[in-house]
Amino acid sequence: MALEKPYADVPGTTIFDSDQARKGYHLSCFCMTLMKAENRDRFHANERAYLDEWPMTEEQKQAVLARDYNQMIWLGGNIYFLAKLFASDGKSFQYAAASMTGMSQEEYANMMLNGGRSPDGQPNEGVKNRG
Amino acid sequence: MAKITAGVTMSHVPALGAAIDLGKTGDAYWAPAFKGFELSKQWMKDNTPDVVFLVYNDHMTAFSLDIIPTFAIGCAERFQPADEGWGPRPVPVVEGHPELAWHIAQSVIQQDFDLTIVNKMDVDHGLTVPLSLMCGQPKAWPFKVIPFPVNVVTYPPPSGNRCYQLGKAIRRAVDSFDGDLNVQIWGTGGMSHQLQGPRAGLINKPFDYAFLDGIVNDPETIAKIPHIDYVRQAGSEGIELVMWLIMRGALDAKVKQIHRFHHVPTSNTALGHLILENPR
Repeated sequence: MALEKPYADVPGTTIFDSDQARKGYHLSCFCMTLMKAENRDRFHANERAYLDEWPMTEEQKQAVLARDYNQMIWLGGNIYFLAKLFASDGKSFQYAAASMTGMSQEEYANMMLNGGRSPDGQPNEGVKNRG
Repeated sequence: MAKITAGVTMSHVPALGAAIDLGKTGDAYWAPAFKGFELSKQWMKDNTPDVVFLVYNDHMTAFSLDIIPTFAIGCAERFQPADEGWGPRPVPVVEGHPELAWHIAQSVIQQDFDLTIVNKMDVDHGLTVPLSLMCGQPKAWPFKVIPFPVNVVTYPPPSGNRCYQLGKAIRRAVDSFDGDLNVQIWGTGGMSHQLQGPRAGLINKPFDYAFLDGIVNDPETIAKIPHIDYVRQAGSEGIELVMWLIMRGALDAKVKQIHRFHHVPTSNTALGHLILENPR
C-alpha cells in the first residue's frame, strides 16, 4: 500500500521524504564532500570531472552545473546539503531561496522586509498595507 | 540533586551567527534582531547554569543521508564547531558534560525513548548560533553543553507529542542525577520559514504568535499539532518547531515567562525567542 502523503498538494513545496531522499542520495554524497576546503578547490577547478566521480543521474549533474536549485530539489535535493554547494560558491541561504522563487535577490529581500510570503504563496505585503 | 531551572527557545538562523562573527550586529538590518537578546544576555549572566541541555537539529553536517538518528545525545568531553562549507565559525570549543549526558541516555532509554549515543560529532550553526545569541563572544562558553540533535530534516521528524513526552522523560532523568547541578534546557529552531521551492520566504505571524502563546500556557494542545499543519502554515522548515516541545516537556506545567521576542525578517526566517523559568 502506498504511503500517505497529505503534503503532496502544498503549493511550491517539495517535502524531503523517503522517496526524495532515496533519489537524492548520491547528490547528497557529492555535496557533503564540499565541507572540506581541498575538495571545494578541486570541484571549482573542474566541476564536470568532479561530478563524474559520483553515480548521480545526468539530470542531477546538469542541475548542479546550472545551479538550478529548484531542479536539484525536485531531483532529490535537500536545502541543507545543497547549502554546502552554494556556500562553496560564496552564496547565502537568501540567495539560494530567492533563486527558487523566480525573483531577483533584491526583490526577494524586499519581500522579506515587508513581512515575507503568506502560506497561500502570495506576498504578505498587501496584508500589511491593509493594516 | 540536579535541577532544571529554566527553558529557553530561539531560532538558530545561520545569518545571525555570520552577523556576530563579522561585527555587523549594529547594522540597520540586524540591530532590531539583536536588540531582542539584550535582556537575554543579562539574564544569562545573572542565571548562569552549570549545564545547558541544547536541543537543536544538525543541518547535514555531523550527520548526512549516511546516518539519520531521530534523537541523538552528545556524550563526549568536547565538540568542535563544524566547517559547514564556509570554514568553522570563530567560536569557542563546546565543552560537554559526559557524566550527566550518559546518565540521561541510560535513564531516557529505559523510559522507552531509544536515543542514539554519539561520542564523536562536530556541532553546526544549529547549536553555536543560540550560544552566541545568549552569551555574545566570550573566550570560553560559561557552561557545559549536552548537544541533543533531532532529525527534522528528512521527513518525517518525530511528532510534536513524541517530543513533548521525551521532554518529560529528560526531566525525570535530570531529577534523578545525584550531582548538584543547575541545568537549563534550550529548544531551538523555527519559527515560520521555508527555504526551498517557489514558496520560499513564507512567514506566518499569526501562527507564530499562537505558537508562542500556546507553548507557554497550553503545551498539551500545541503538542497535538500534526506535521501537515506545520508544513502548510509554518513552512517546510518551520516544522523544526517540534523541538521547542522537548524543552517545554522538561519544564513544570506552570512556568514564569521572563522574556518573549518575535522579529521579521532574519534573512528568510521569523525569529522567535522565549525565556521561561520553573517556579523556585
